[in-house]
Amino acid sequence: MSASPQTVQKSGAAGSAVFAGSDSRKYNYFEPKARKASHYEDMTVDVQPDPERYLLQDWIISFPDGTPTYSKTWTKALSSNWHQFRAVDQEWERTHYQRQSTICGMVQGVIENARKSGAPKRFDSAWVKVLQDHLGAYKHAEFGLGTSLMQAQRYGYTQMINNATLTNSSYKLRFAQDLTLYLSEIGLDLQGFDHNAGKKHWLENPIWQGTRKSIEAIMGATDYLEQYLATNLVFEPLVGELFRSGFIMQMAASQGDFATPSVVAAAEADYERNLANTVELIHMLTHDKEHGAHNVKLFNGWIAHHGALAKEAAANLQPIWSQPRVKVSSFAEAQERAHNRIQTICSQVGLQAS
Amino acid sequence: MSETLTLNKIVGQKGISTAEAANRVSDLGWTPSYVQEAMTFPTDYKISKVPRDPMKQVLRSYFPMQEEKDNRVYGALDAALRGDMFRNVEPRWVEWMKLFLAIIPFPEISAARSMAMVGRLAPGEELRTGFTMQMVDEFRHSTIQMNLKKWYMENYIDPAGFDITEAAFGKCYATTIGRQFAEGFLTGDAITAANIYLTVVAETAFTNTLFVAMPSEAARNGDYALPTVFLSVQSDESRHIGNGHSMLMAMIHDPSNHQLLERDLKYAFWQNHAIVDAAIGTFIEYGTTNRDKNKESYAELWHRWIYEDYYRTYMLPLEKYGIKIHHDDVAEAWDRIVKKNYVHKTAQFFSVGWSFNFWRIEAQTEKDFEWFEHKYPGWYAEFGDFWKWYAKLSVPGEKNIAFNADVGYVYPHRCWSCMVPCLIREDFCCDEVDGKVYTYCSEGCRWTHKVAFAAEYEGRATPAMGRFSGRREWEECYHGWDHADAMVDLGFVRSDGKTLVPQPHLRFEQKDMWTLDHVRGNTLGSPLRAFRALKPGAERDAAVAEYRKGYTINPCN
Repeated sequence: MSASPQTVQKSGAAGSAVFAGSDSRKYNYFEPKARKASHYEDMTVDVQPDPERYLLQDWIISFPDGTPTYSKTWTKALSSNWHQFRAVDQEWERTHYQRQSTICGMVQGVIENARKSGAPKRFDSAWVKVLQDHLGAYKHAEFGLGTSLMQAQRYGYTQMINNATLTNSSYKLRFAQDLTLYLSEIGLDLQGFDHNAGKKHWLENPIWQGTRKSIEAIMGATDYLEQYLATNLVFEPLVGELFRSGFIMQMAASQGDFATPSVVAAAEADYERNLANTVELIHMLTHDKEHGAHNVKLFNGWIAHHGALAKEAAANLQPIWSQPRVKVSSFAEAQERAHNRIQTICSQVGLQAS
Repeated sequence: MSETLTLNKIVGQKGISTAEAANRVSDLGWTPSYVQEAMTFPTDYKISKVPRDPMKQVLRSYFPMQEEKDNRVYGALDAALRGDMFRNVEPRWVEWMKLFLAIIPFPEISAARSMAMVGRLAPGEELRTGFTMQMVDEFRHSTIQMNLKKWYMENYIDPAGFDITEAAFGKCYATTIGRQFAEGFLTGDAITAANIYLTVVAETAFTNTLFVAMPSEAARNGDYALPTVFLSVQSDESRHIGNGHSMLMAMIHDPSNHQLLERDLKYAFWQNHAIVDAAIGTFIEYGTTNRDKNKESYAELWHRWIYEDYYRTYMLPLEKYGIKIHHDDVAEAWDRIVKKNYVHKTAQFFSVGWSFNFWRIEAQTEKDFEWFEHKYPGWYAEFGDFWKWYAKLSVPGEKNIAFNADVGYVYPHRCWSCMVPCLIREDFCCDEVDGKVYTYCSEGCRWTHKVAFAAEYEGRATPAMGRFSGRREWEECYHGWDHADAMVDLGFVRSDGKTLVPQPHLRFEQKDMWTLDHVRGNTLGSPLRAFRALKPGAERDAAVAEYRKGYTINPCN
C-alpha cells in the first residue's frame, strides 16, 4: 500500500499562506444595503434560495398543483426585486434571544416586586375587574396575531421577509403569554379573581366581538403580506395601541397600578420594531418603479377592508374607558391619537388611511 | 446562616406551577366563528385527537434558557480563537465544512417554515406552544450556523468556498442532495412533510448522526467550534422529537391513517438514509485524520443511533398500534452501509467530482488505508488503488480523474429520487413515470418516486401529496458544456479569475493549484439523456445489465 506523499501544511490559520483567494473573507454573493454587509445580512441573505438568483436546478419538489416550494403567487403584491428588503431591526438569532430574554426578565421582575410590595391588593377594585375581563380578553387578540404571523412566515419570497415575520410572530406570542401569566400571578393575590373571565369576554362580550372579528379576518387571510400589513399598519395603530397605550397605560397609575403598564410597555417597544420592518417592506413595494401603482391600489384595498373592521372594533371598545373609577383620559382622545398614528404611518409609505 | 436557608427561600413567593402556566397558555386559542382559517397546507390525514404537549414549557422560561445556551456557544467561539484553534485544526476536516455548512442552514429554516403547516392542522392549542418554540429554535439553528460558517471563513487558512456559500448552495450537484432533504420538510402533504419526514424521522433518528456523531469527529480534528454549536443545536431537538411524537400519537389511533403512516415512515426513512448517510458518512469517515482503531466507525455509529435508538426503541413499539413497520428497508440500509460500501462509494464519487466542487478533498493515505481495512475488511481491495490514483492525479497538469480512462471509474447515473448518484451498481434500476424514463439508485428510491409521490396510493386518492419537479439531474444542466465554462458559470473560480476553488489536495502554494486551463477541453454530458436515447427493450435492458456489473479500478503503479 502506498500513496504519493503530500506536503503537510503546518497551520490551518488565516494568513499562514498566501495564494489566490486566501484573503477572500467576506460573503460575496449579495449586494449589501450599505457599503459593508451587516452581520444580520450575512446571517440572512440568500439562505432561502431563488431560481432567479442561484438556484440552478429550480425547486425540486412541488405541491400537487405544480406550485413550487416557494412561489411569488402567494401574495397579490408584485415586486421587481423581492430580495431588496432588509429588516430594519436587523434581528438574527442572537439579538432576538437577547431581546426576548431581557423582556422576560424585566416582566418577571415587575411582577415579583409588585406582588412583594402587595401592589395588586391596592389596585382599585373596579380596575381589577377591568384587568380580569378586558386585559384578559385582549391577550387572545395578541395570540391571534402571533399565530397568524406564524402562518405567514411560511410564504414570503425571501429569507429576509420570512424572518422578519417570524420574529414578529415570536414577539406577539411572547406578549400573549406575558399577559396570561401576569394575570395568573397577580390573581393569586386577589380574592375571587376569575382566570376564565377574559376568554369568556373575548368569545361572548359584544365589546370584544368587533376585535375578534378583526383578528379572525387577519387570521383567515390567505395572502401572507395582507396578514403582515393588516397586523402592523392597521390593527396595531387602530386597536392594539389604542387599547394598550391609549387605555391601559394611561389609566393604570390612577387606579393604584404601577405594574401593568410596565408589562404592557414591552409590547409597545416590540411594535415599534415590527412597524419599522413593515414600513420598510411596504415602502419598497409602493415605490417599486414597475409595480408601485399596482401595489398601492392593492394595499389601499387591504387597508380599507381591515381598517373598517378595526374601526368598528375600536368603537365597540369605547365602554371600557368608562369602567375605571378614576378617569384620566377619554376614548375620544385615544381614538384621535390612533387616527393620527395610522395617517402618519400610511403617509410614510404612500398609502391612504381609510 | 442555617444550612437549609437559601436566597430563593428568603425572597421567593408563591407562584403558579409550570403545569398550571402551560395549561393557561394553552387556553389562549379559540375556534374562529367570524372568519374561518383557510387550510392552505392540506393533508390527506385525519387528525381528530388533540395532541398533548409533553414539554410543558412556556416562553418566559424558554427565551432565557436559549440566551444562556447562546452565551455558552459564543463564549466558546471566542475561547477557541484565543486558544489558537486554527493553528492546530485539520484542514481536511474544515474543507468538508464548506459543503456541510452550505447545506444545513436551509434545512433548518425550512423546519421553521414547516411549523406553520402543522401549527394550524393540530386541533387544540396545547401543542401550538411547542410548535412556536420549534419555529424559533429553527431560526436559531439557521442563523447560528451561518455565523459559524462566517467564523470559519474569517479564520481558516483557505476561505474560498465559504465566501460563496449560499450561491454555491444553489448551484452545486452535492448541495442539491441536501435541498431534497430540506424541501421535503415543507412541500406537499403537510403531515407527511412537517411531521413524519421532519420530526418523526429526520429529527428523531438522523439528527443523532448529524449533530451528535459528527461533532465528536470534529473535536478529534482540532475543531472545537462545530461541537460547541451543534451540540447546542441538538439540545433543542428533544423538544422537536416530543412535538413529532405527540402529533404522531394524535393520528395513530385512527386506523384510516395507518396506510399513509406506513407509506410515509417508509419514504422518510429511505430518503433520510440515502441522503444523510451519504453525506454525513462521508464527512465522518473521509473528513477525519483521526484513525484511532478504538473509535466507532460510521457503520457502528449508525447501528447505535439508527438501529438501536430509533428502529428498536422508537419504531418497533409502533407495531402495537397496528402499524406495519418496514423492517426490510432497515435491514437493507444496514447492508448498504456495511456490505455494499455506500459511504465509501459516495466519498469516491465526491472525489471523482472534485473539480466540480467548491471545497478541497485530499487523497486518503497509508494511515487511512489501514484504518479502513481494519473497520471495513475488504476495503483496500476495492478502494486502495482508487485513492492511489487520486493522489497521483492531484498534480496540476495530470489528466483530470473525472475524465481519465486509465483509472477505470465509470461516471454514474443520477438517482431521480434521492439525487445521490446510483453508486451501488447492482441495485441500479429504472422505471417510467407519466411516460418518461427515470433512473434510480435503489428499489426504495424507485418506489418513492413512482408510488409514494403520486396522486393515488394503493387505490386511495392522495390529493395533498407532493410531486418531484425541477431539473433534478444536475448533469443535464451542463450537458454539452466545456468543463471550464461550467466552472465559470457555477462561480467556483477564485478571485484571480482563473484558479479553481476546489483542489484535489491540501497544498496551499499557488504553484500547486489547478486553474481553468487545467480543466478546459472536457465536455460534460447527461447520463440520463444518453439512457433515454436508448431503444426501449433489449438495448435499454442491456445497458442496465452492463451498469449493474459495475467497473474495476485499474492498478495504480
